[in-house]
Order: sequence, then structure tokens, then C-alpha cells
Amino acid sequence: MIEFRNVRYSADRQRDVLLNLNLKVEVGETLVLVGRSGCGKTTTLKMINRLLDPSEGQILVEGRPVRDWDPIRLRRRIGYVIQEVGLFPHFTIERNIGLLPQLEGWPPERRRQRVDELLQMVSLDPAEFRGRYPRELSGGQRQRVGVARALAADPPILLMDEPFGALDPLTRAEIQRGFLALQKRLRKTIVFVTHDIREALVVGTRIALLEAGKLVGTYSRTAFLNSTDPAVAAYRDVLRTGDGATES
Amino acid sequence: MSLLDFFYRNRAEIWMLTLEHLWLVGLSMLLAVAIGVPLGVLITRKASLNKPILGSANVIQTIPSLALFGFLMPLPWLGARADRLAIAALTGYALLPVIRNTYTGIMGVDPGVREAARGMGLTDWQLLWHVELPLALGVILAGVRVATVITVGIATIAAAIGAGGLGEFIFRGLAMVDNRVILAGAIPAALMALAADFFLGWAGRRLVPASK
Repeated sequence: MIEFRNVRYSADRQRDVLLNLNLKVEVGETLVLVGRSGCGKTTTLKMINRLLDPSEGQILVEGRPVRDWDPIRLRRRIGYVIQEVGLFPHFTIERNIGLLPQLEGWPPERRRQRVDELLQMVSLDPAEFRGRYPRELSGGQRQRVGVARALAADPPILLMDEPFGALDPLTRAEIQRGFLALQKRLRKTIVFVTHDIREALVVGTRIALLEAGKLVGTYSRTAFLNSTDPAVAAYRDVLRTGDGATES
Repeated sequence: MSLLDFFYRNRAEIWMLTLEHLWLVGLSMLLAVAIGVPLGVLITRKASLNKPILGSANVIQTIPSLALFGFLMPLPWLGARADRLAIAALTGYALLPVIRNTYTGIMGVDPGVREAARGMGLTDWQLLWHVELPLALGVILAGVRVATVITVGIATIAAAIGAGGLGEFIFRGLAMVDNRVILAGAIPAALMALAADFFLGWAGRRLVPASK
């Protein structure tokens, strides 16, 4: 579904943020990119929907190089969820979620149905929430709306950049559970960035560990927990000593 | 004759000059917005144009108004008629607040909102129309308000080059050394500035419900 071939990214001439990245994301899996801050995981994510372009190498989405895609059409086939959520403050929840369908030319009745459907999917009562404004919602509710908005046009791919990072631990756990249930239903292809190893193990079907711009390896959950690689072992130690988040 | 009597006796001319003044201000503001807002948008997209455009608008504003009228006079089409010249100069003066506030308003949009919009697949036009301009509207209107009040004031000087407006009374009154005549121009002009400020402030509050 998504493929990285020999990708290198450097922001300025000095430093390579990402080097020699070769990675495949299979259809229907939730690949979690984990690593320290600055290891290149957000950069990797942003090259999939062309918010960033690689310095070298190729990224393919659905078999085609992203360079051959029209960036707008590419992004409309990919849902994008970020930590700040970025809901439009001047739109109601309904208009927020319905904006992309509106731009895609969906008739109003279909849009309305879709908004209600999505709100229910993220466990928010449509009658209560569709007319509200983002500032009236809690952080957890806002992020749920963010996920609903990303799913509005039913894209096959979802990119999520530390989506639950700004939430308190209880809300985060709740929303992770909801997310897992949703993923079981929808079976999207998801690339999920987090620095929280515990979250990675909860939401991911496969974990890709990045360190200083290089891919250390990809692991299934069990493989990760049993690996002898020192980089992986370091993460396991953190798990053992308690807090899964390295910094918040 | 008391001031009020004087105003009443000359009400026809006061009214005519007020309308002339409104015409000068109105047309200049329309042009300033039509030119200034797109320029403001442009410099949010092309940072390299930031200095030249804001710089030019700033230079125009720094030139004393009477001097600017003088500079524009020798120009072919503009300098031929007093009202054209006045409107050109007034538009120039109104540009800086409009351009700068458009720029600041758009740049002030939450980066998370902008990133989410781009990542969703909004084209640049859609981003501008659906997200940035609505969110920047309050700041832009504030710029228009400032520009309008300035324009009402500078328009009084337009009379010095024969462009009409309430400045006519002021200059005439100065020449005649007649306070009533001066006030017949000064008071309506001041009232116009206050009214513009008040009305645009009200419009701003109505159009922009706290979208923070």
C-alpha cells in the first residue's frame, strides 16, 4: 500500500534527518513509527501525503510514486490526524467533519448522514454534538472529532501524528480503546507516529523503530517484546521501569 | 449669527460638501481594499515580497499628505483632475493598514488549523476562502477601520488642490478668518470620522462572533 525506497531527507545541507529508509506498509495494518523526538518519524509520515518531499529516493502509495500523484488528490485519499487536532474554530462540528465531502461535491443529505454516522463511530451523540463549536468541547472530544473528520471521505489510508499525545492518561486510554474497536471495523491502512512505547504496543499491529534517522527494524508485538536488539531492549527497559512515555 | 444658525443657513452647501467628502473617502477605501487585501494575501504566500510591498506602503504613508498631492500632480492621467489625484493619494494612504492587517490576520491563524487543512487536501484557494480569510476577518476589518478614519482626515486636505470635500470650508474659513466657516467643515468631518469608526467597529463585532 505504501512503500519507501531508499529515501533520504535533509532539511538543510548539514544534517540528514532520514537516511536510507526502506519500509513497506501493508494493506490493513497499523504500522507504528516509534522513536525518540527528532528521530525522523514525523518527517517519514509527512512524506506520505507530500507535506514534505524526499531529498532522494521514492515513496509509493497504492503502487504509484507520490511524485506522479496530484498532491490534492493524494491527500484526499489519506486521512490526516495531528496532535493539535486543528479543528476549524469558526465551523460547527458538523461543518468541520463535512467540509471535505462538501468540497468533493456530496449532496447535503448524504453529507448529513455521513456526519451522523461518523460521530456515532467515535462515540459522540450526533444530536448533541453536531451543532456545537470546537471551543465548547473537551480535548478528548475534539480529537475524536478530528478522527471523524479524517475519515469523512472514507480514505483507505490514515496518517496519525501523535494524535493522543495531548490527552490526559485516562482519556488517552479510553480513546485508544475506541480507536482499536474502530480499526477492527474499518480495517484502514494506518501509519501511526508516537514516542510512547506503551501506546505503540496497544494500537499497533507492527512496530517500526527509528533511531537517528535510520530504521532499526520492524517487529510484530511479540517479536518486539522478545528481540535481543539493544535498541529494542532499551525500550523494553523503559516499559519495565514504569512510564511508557519518554517525555510528555 | 450663532453657529447653529450659520449651519442652518448654509445647510445645502454643507450637505453637498459632505457628500463630496463621502465620495472621496468611499471610493478610496474601496480601491484600498480591492488592492490591499490581495496584496496582503500575496505576501503571506511569497515571503520574499514582504519587505518591498510593506516597505512601499510604509513610504507612502510617511510622505506628508500635501507633499504627496504635489508629487502626483505632474503625472499624466492622474494629475489632470483634482479628484482623481486626491483619490489616488488617499488610496495610497489607506493601503498600509489594510495590507499589514491582512497579512497579520492570516499569519495569525493557528498553525495546527492550517496544517490540518493542507493535510486534508484543501487547495490553496480553498484554504484561503474557507479557513484563512474568515478567521482573519476581524483583524482585516480593524485595519479597514483605521484606514477609513485616517482617510476621512486626510481627505480634508484634498480641498487644497481643488478636489472638494469638507476641507473646502476649512480652507475658506482660514482665508476669511471666519471661525464659523472653519467649523462648518471641521465638525462634519470630525463627526464623519467618529461615525465611521463606530459603525465599522459595530460591523466588526457583528460579523465576527468570537471565533477564538
